[in-house]
Amino acid sequence: MSALFAVIFMAVFVAAFGTFLVWGTAKLGPKRVPNEVRDMPYESGLPGQDMKTTNISVKFYLTAILFILFDIEIIFMYPWAVTYLDAVRAGAGGYLLAVMGIFVLLFVIGLIWEIKSKALEWD
Amino acid sequence: MGVDAFEITVNVAKLILIFLMMVQAVPILVWLERRGSAFIQNRLGPNRVGPLGLMQLLADAVKFLFKEEFLPKKAVAFLYLAAPVVALIPGALALASLPLGSPIEVAPFAMLGREWGPYIFKVQGYDIGVGIVFVLGVSSLGAYSLLMAGYGSSNKYSMLGALRASAQMISYELALSLSLVGILIVYGTFNFYEIIAEQQGPLEFGMFGREFRFSFLPDWGIFYNPIGALLFGVSAFAESNRLPFDLPEAEGELVAGFHTEYGGFKMLMFYIGEYGHMIVASALLAIFYFGGYGLPIPSWSTEAVNGFFAAKGFGSTSASLMTALVSHVSILVKIGIFLWIFIWVRWTLPRFRYDQLMDLGWKTMLPWALANAVVTAVWIYVINIK
Repeated sequence: MSALFAVIFMAVFVAAFGTFLVWGTAKLGPKRVPNEVRDMPYESGLPGQDMKTTNISVKFYLTAILFILFDIEIIFMYPWAVTYLDAVRAGAGGYLLAVMGIFVLLFVIGLIWEIKSKALEWD
Repeated sequence: MGVDAFEITVNVAKLILIFLMMVQAVPILVWLERRGSAFIQNRLGPNRVGPLGLMQLLADAVKFLFKEEFLPKKAVAFLYLAAPVVALIPGALALASLPLGSPIEVAPFAMLGREWGPYIFKVQGYDIGVGIVFVLGVSSLGAYSLLMAGYGSSNKYSMLGALRASAQMISYELALSLSLVGILIVYGTFNFYEIIAEQQGPLEFGMFGREFRFSFLPDWGIFYNPIGALLFGVSAFAESNRLPFDLPEAEGELVAGFHTEYGGFKMLMFYIGEYGHMIVASALLAIFYFGGYGLPIPSWSTEAVNGFFAAKGFGSTSASLMTALVSHVSILVKIGIFLWIFIWVRWTLPRFRYDQLMDLGWKTMLPWALANAVVTAVWIYVINIK
């Protein structure tokens, strides 16, 4: 519980520090003069486009979904990994290895299917 | 955070000091990066301001403070201004949960007319029992600040850089967390202190009923799981968006990637976040594979160093303090070596193409990390068969 307070304190302190810097440098610097050309998004001298007209590849969305699937599977391996050594020494290693074998097999099938279905090809 | 005023004060001071340590490391690292790149590319680098050019970054900081405030016209103001602040948080939170020295045991003492103590102060911001899970969780929050910067700037280059950055970070997050499974099997704990305690003393292990002992080598994790160490190191490069994985910036294609529209101190805050990630990654490498705050000489374990100072006539509190100092310097040197490797690689290797980067992450690193975990598990099972 006390570690949680420390984490929250740290996050709030860092956020306050950063906010103070952003605010303070805005106060310290010279005042802004509005200028049509300077305020455009920097795009190498071309007239700036609005973000709303830029198309984003749906591939990024697919990558994010695949990440969530695999990341959850990996996090499930963590508690198994820390208990494994004790279990092996206590003689229950074979059972744990077999159970995790099935889980890893599902993981591998998922990965192979994902590569076969060209979900990870970028063109 | 503590039972009485003294303990709470020290713990709060520790948190602030660790954060300031991270911020302070940035000018030194930027100087090292400039001088190092100049050295690698046969140039001179900044060498005019102060001895060895060390004052250059102070001059730069003052310059950054007095830059004009700039907000692109089409920007989403809140996201644009909040992104650099959010960039600071993951690195600081992760760094504060890492042990940077052996615990300091303070014997009871009298001050201001009352008895205080005994206390045990750990050289870390807060001790979370599940250590590594917290670090992995917090440091992956770094993707948010990049996305906020990219979306908030309303610039197509920023947006592309931010999307690449988040896709890259989550892809390598998989290899990063999976590469640690092997070493976690070997140690059987999440707790950093137990992991470091396991790595003290000379390299010795039992196999098929026989004992092996190498008295000249320290008992470090890299000898048990070298492939895991390599995979972790490479994914750490990708996680902190450093060359050869700095596709989010890719100045040849995207101007400056997600921080195209940023300038002055706001850009420097992104740098602080990036260097914070590098420091955390280096510290994790040191803790998991290179003995953490332990000294590299097998017979000089933390207890032995403490005994050495006690025999020299230090009191128990000051002997513990000196031991913490020695171990702190030890882990700082290890972190420094890894940070130099980060810089060295950056100025040596070319950048990946984007599809090659994703292929490396998903089709090479992920299967290798999985194979590393499976082989470690099977091997541990086989050598322990009675």
